[in-house]
Amino acid sequence: MEEVRLMKGNEAIAHAAIRYGVDGYFGYPITPQSEILETLEELMPWETTGMVVLQAESEVAAINMVYGGASTGKAVMTSSSSPGVSLKQEGISYIAAGELPALIINCMRGGPGLGTLQPSQADYFQATKGGGHGDYHLIVLAPATVQEMADFVGLGFDLAYKWRNPVLMLADGVVGQMMEKVVLPEQRPRRTEREIAEQCPWAVTGRPEGRGPNVLTTLELDPLKMEQHNLHLQKKYDAISAEEVRYEEIDTEDAEYLVMAFGSVARICQKAVEEAREQGIKVGLLRPITLWPFPAEAVARLSNKVKGILVVELNAGQMIEDVRLNLDTRVPVHHFGRMGGIVMDPDEVLGALKEKFNIQ
Amino acid sequence: MKEEIIMAGFGGQGVLSMGKILAYAGLMDDLEVTWMPSYGPEQRGGTANVTVILSDQPISSPVLNRYDTAVILNQQSLDKFESKVKPGGTLIYDPYSLRNLPTRTDIRLVPVEAMEATFKLPSAKVYNMVLLGALLKSRPLVSVDAVMRGLKKTLPERHHHLLPLNKEAILKGMELVGE
Repeated sequence: MEEVRLMKGNEAIAHAAIRYGVDGYFGYPITPQSEILETLEELMPWETTGMVVLQAESEVAAINMVYGGASTGKAVMTSSSSPGVSLKQEGISYIAAGELPALIINCMRGGPGLGTLQPSQADYFQATKGGGHGDYHLIVLAPATVQEMADFVGLGFDLAYKWRNPVLMLADGVVGQMMEKVVLPEQRPRRTEREIAEQCPWAVTGRPEGRGPNVLTTLELDPLKMEQHNLHLQKKYDAISAEEVRYEEIDTEDAEYLVMAFGSVARICQKAVEEAREQGIKVGLLRPITLWPFPAEAVARLSNKVKGILVVELNAGQMIEDVRLNLDTRVPVHHFGRMGGIVMDPDEVLGALKEKFNIQ
Repeated sequence: MKEEIIMAGFGGQGVLSMGKILAYAGLMDDLEVTWMPSYGPEQRGGTANVTVILSDQPISSPVLNRYDTAVILNQQSLDKFESKVKPGGTLIYDPYSLRNLPTRTDIRLVPVEAMEATFKLPSAKVYNMVLLGALLKSRPLVSVDAVMRGLKKTLPERHHHLLPLNKEAILKGMELVGE
């Protein structure tokens, strides 16, 4: 039985990365996620598992180191917060185009611009709609607990290798900075060169006897071929959408109203749901765990059962667009958000629910 | 059992550490815990606060607006949090750093002369431990033993010689709160 430990979400990510057998972390410090890099440097995994931990000269350099490392089949990752993740977008588009597995973490803070240091969820559009250029998708995981911060490192890499697609963990300053209990995964060895060659036959690992060169490029001068590549990518995205949707439902069986929220805000909403039920208001909570693919079927199903949906986010209204797109009926949908680094409390959520739906 | 606590004061007074030590003590006693700091470009003299929740059930929101117990170390924090203590709750404060004392009558007010007491201890750095002692006396959420085990676990070995001083400060804080 693994020991129960108390740590910050950011620290849990660092521990989980080492234990997953990650080959390389490339990052640049920025609040509120600097503890990921700091913890990795403190734990010095280069002396134990051989994992590379490198503070790059910039976010742009870090994502391109990930691009290079992923091309060789190595398990590589980077992390940053909102303004830094904006800088990485060109590299992320290249990694998606090259169909390379990698893990990117965005511990969101208030924006736009350099913004604040406090929690936000205003990068939902960037994360789920493609922050870089071109028709691509990242698999986007939204952790709500420190345990999920740890677990989604392994899940993220597993999905990234399964689909040859970059995975984004979309966290925020609350779940990055808070401490709670966590059980870390077992230590796994890093994969050997032989295992990488077997599992990643596409990787550029040096040309062995008997196989032609592997070429990884995102440049294709023939538009017909580029269209074929796009069609291939879209087919893959359809398959991911069919197989990888994850979500959590709380108290939805008899719910008359539905609250939807992701990440740490779902925890705040869960408390609001508890308080609403104490007051006799039947509210349920739908928490998307994958933001892309979006739990479209769950939204459609629940939209037929409730009188109204309140979407609660730390932004001006982003996920609400996906909620509205996937309704199966004309149920009213409202948004409640705080912005710029202000986090709502459970009372505000309950107040918004009562006000928007005229509940006495 | 579920206790929602806010601790607030100046940066440098050890508010976040006090919360962390309480959280570790909760871990030692097999409770569910969350520790959510106000964070930012922290510096000595700025304001700092931390929400600590201890519960025997899974904890939903780590962010709150009403608290069972508040531990208040300066005027700004009192002004901000006095109204947010739930009726019947507990407000622990050090009058030393307050111009205006709390006035609510529907909560239990626990004045603790922690600063005065700390002046008589070998190090002013255990100020927060005196207040933690006062908290544990007012709200026996975890045992002193659990606090000491948590401290031992989290304090780097080179600081372990300070454990007895920390315990002395906690016991002093407990003494300061009447029955």
